[in-house]
Amino acid sequence: MNRIERKFEELKAKNQKALIPFVTAGDPDFVTTEKLVLAMLQNGADLVEIGVPFSDPIAEGQVIQRASKRALDAGTTLKNIFELIKRLRRKTDEPLLLMLYINSIFRFGTERFFGLCKECGVDGVIVPDLPYEERGEIQSAADTAGVIPICMVAPTSHERIKMIAPSAKGFLYCVSSTGVTGMRSSFTTDFSRFFVEIKKYANVPCVVGFGISGPEQAKKMASYCDGVIVGSAVVNIVAEKKQDSVIPVTEFVRSLSSAVKS
Amino acid sequence: MQKVGRYGEYGGQYVPETLMSAIHELEAAYEKYKNDADFKEELRRLYRDYANRPSMLYYAKRMTEDLGGAKIYLKREDLNHTGAHKINNALGQALLAQRMGKKRIIAETGAGQHGVATATVATLFGMKCEIFMGVKDMERQSLNVYRMNLLGATVHGVESGTGTLKDAINEAMRDWASNVGDTYYLIGSTMGPHPYPMMVRDFQKVIGQEIRSQLQEREGSLPDCVVACVGGGSNAMGAFYEFIPEKSVRLVGAEAAGKGVDTAFHAATMTKGTTGIFHGMKSLFLQNDEGQIAPVYSISAGLDYPGVGPEHAELHRTGRAQYVAVTDEEAVCAFEYLSKMEGIIPAIESAHAVAAAMKIAPKMRKDQIMVINLSGRGDKDVYSVAKYRGVHIDEQN
Repeated sequence: MNRIERKFEELKAKNQKALIPFVTAGDPDFVTTEKLVLAMLQNGADLVEIGVPFSDPIAEGQVIQRASKRALDAGTTLKNIFELIKRLRRKTDEPLLLMLYINSIFRFGTERFFGLCKECGVDGVIVPDLPYEERGEIQSAADTAGVIPICMVAPTSHERIKMIAPSAKGFLYCVSSTGVTGMRSSFTTDFSRFFVEIKKYANVPCVVGFGISGPEQAKKMASYCDGVIVGSAVVNIVAEKKQDSVIPVTEFVRSLSSAVKS
Repeated sequence: MQKVGRYGEYGGQYVPETLMSAIHELEAAYEKYKNDADFKEELRRLYRDYANRPSMLYYAKRMTEDLGGAKIYLKREDLNHTGAHKINNALGQALLAQRMGKKRIIAETGAGQHGVATATVATLFGMKCEIFMGVKDMERQSLNVYRMNLLGATVHGVESGTGTLKDAINEAMRDWASNVGDTYYLIGSTMGPHPYPMMVRDFQKVIGQEIRSQLQEREGSLPDCVVACVGGGSNAMGAFYEFIPEKSVRLVGAEAAGKGVDTAFHAATMTKGTTGIFHGMKSLFLQNDEGQIAPVYSISAGLDYPGVGPEHAELHRTGRAQYVAVTDEEAVCAFEYLSKMEGIIPAIESAHAVAAAMKIAPKMRKDQIMVINLSGRGDKDVYSVAKYRGVHIDEQN
């Protein structure tokens, strides 16, 4: 069983929601990223999503765009991200996901990429610009490696939900609102309706992401589904505190965790 | 069987889930209206009465005699309303947006020609218009920024990345994802996710159709060679498409070699690019071996793009069209050459096609015919070319 599936079974048994924070790999440097991932996992994070920086991240808002740029300027490559995963795997057995754009996989070589995912211990990938119809681009290579490509649905998916949700493995990533990633003060999506529709068709836990900025929102959003993803709010702390971000991020993740799990 | 929206392996629909419904809605609307008699008639009337179509096919006598080879004709897309071929596509898509009930149009622009065309049609159809343009391009094409404002559009300067066309597209896609309900994204080239490459080509293919009938009338024959510049590739697809089945017609695309294809400063995607997936499509891109999109350079803001439309990538793969790289210096020389030889100042983008033609025409026989697609006029480029030549023009006076 994949670590993602195992984790959600554990959470289900404990009747708990999942907390999935995000950090951009190599921002500000790999030593910090490694410390951040481990600290988050030890302080309430159930899974961690690690962002692979891309030159042109079209699904990201300003916060993650800037983090991508900082990481690339610092010389981050996919090769050294795999090294990071290897180091992390010696210290943790919790699920780790990579968030990256399809060109990063395609150009690196799809088979080679998933081969390294398996070898280093990546459990799932989130590819924001690879919609359901184009999943064939990575499906067989991912399956062979035992890596889960995470399916996504959005408030604009409507009729598409019944096509996408049943095929989801690991968990279903439910995008909270239209637009790009980034903290929002409020949401216009009718979440009760959105999740009623999703839960009709999904056979896996449903996790919500995009725009969740703090514990209160996280708690509210978690009430609709099985977990929350928090990205820009974490990355924002890293942007500000850089190498000194481990303690404030730890505190933030703890506060999110207690909100989501209470 | 070839999948819809694919050109060989190229093409596809690689966009975030948030945009998929909108893309399918667009696809369905386009399929519905492209053969609709009223839609076609209205577009035909707009082409004729508003855009000044058919554009003229002009025999460039002095240039022909000077080069001493093929008989050269210029397809005068520069004489269209707004000064470039961009209006053909902008009118078609705006008409579609209107049928779809959209209230707000967004677009990216490089040189500003597509932005101007979009601002124009948005005004014509009474829709709100917002244009995304890289800050570097706003600086070198300030005249077009002013034109867009004059036409009632809001121009958003994009500072991220290299501040050029690629970054403007990124930002337009982000805006589209944020306002997907009421907003129509009017892509200006044969690029992006399906159905854009096909739809933009269809709205531009009038160029090649007119070349065929005008040349038939004048010469009683097909052209032997059609030359056009290629950034994303819309004017070239428009000029080429009609002739793809005519194997005797040589198709040549001119891309931007900037300071040279062996320097770090070019935008020669066909010459130097590799297959990738970006901006919604699988195609050729200038990128590093980890798929990071490369910063590109050209004196021409309209060709300064690290990718190319998927249908061009396939024409390149099969060899049906040839693509040559033209440097800044060659393009500027061609810009000056056409001005002095024929009294026509071409857009710096189109000057790349003229430069390629200047190399090919002398090697052709005198009984052969070459058509250069003069995609736009050069008024907007006078300042940059003067600057390139070290001539100072005070824009304030």
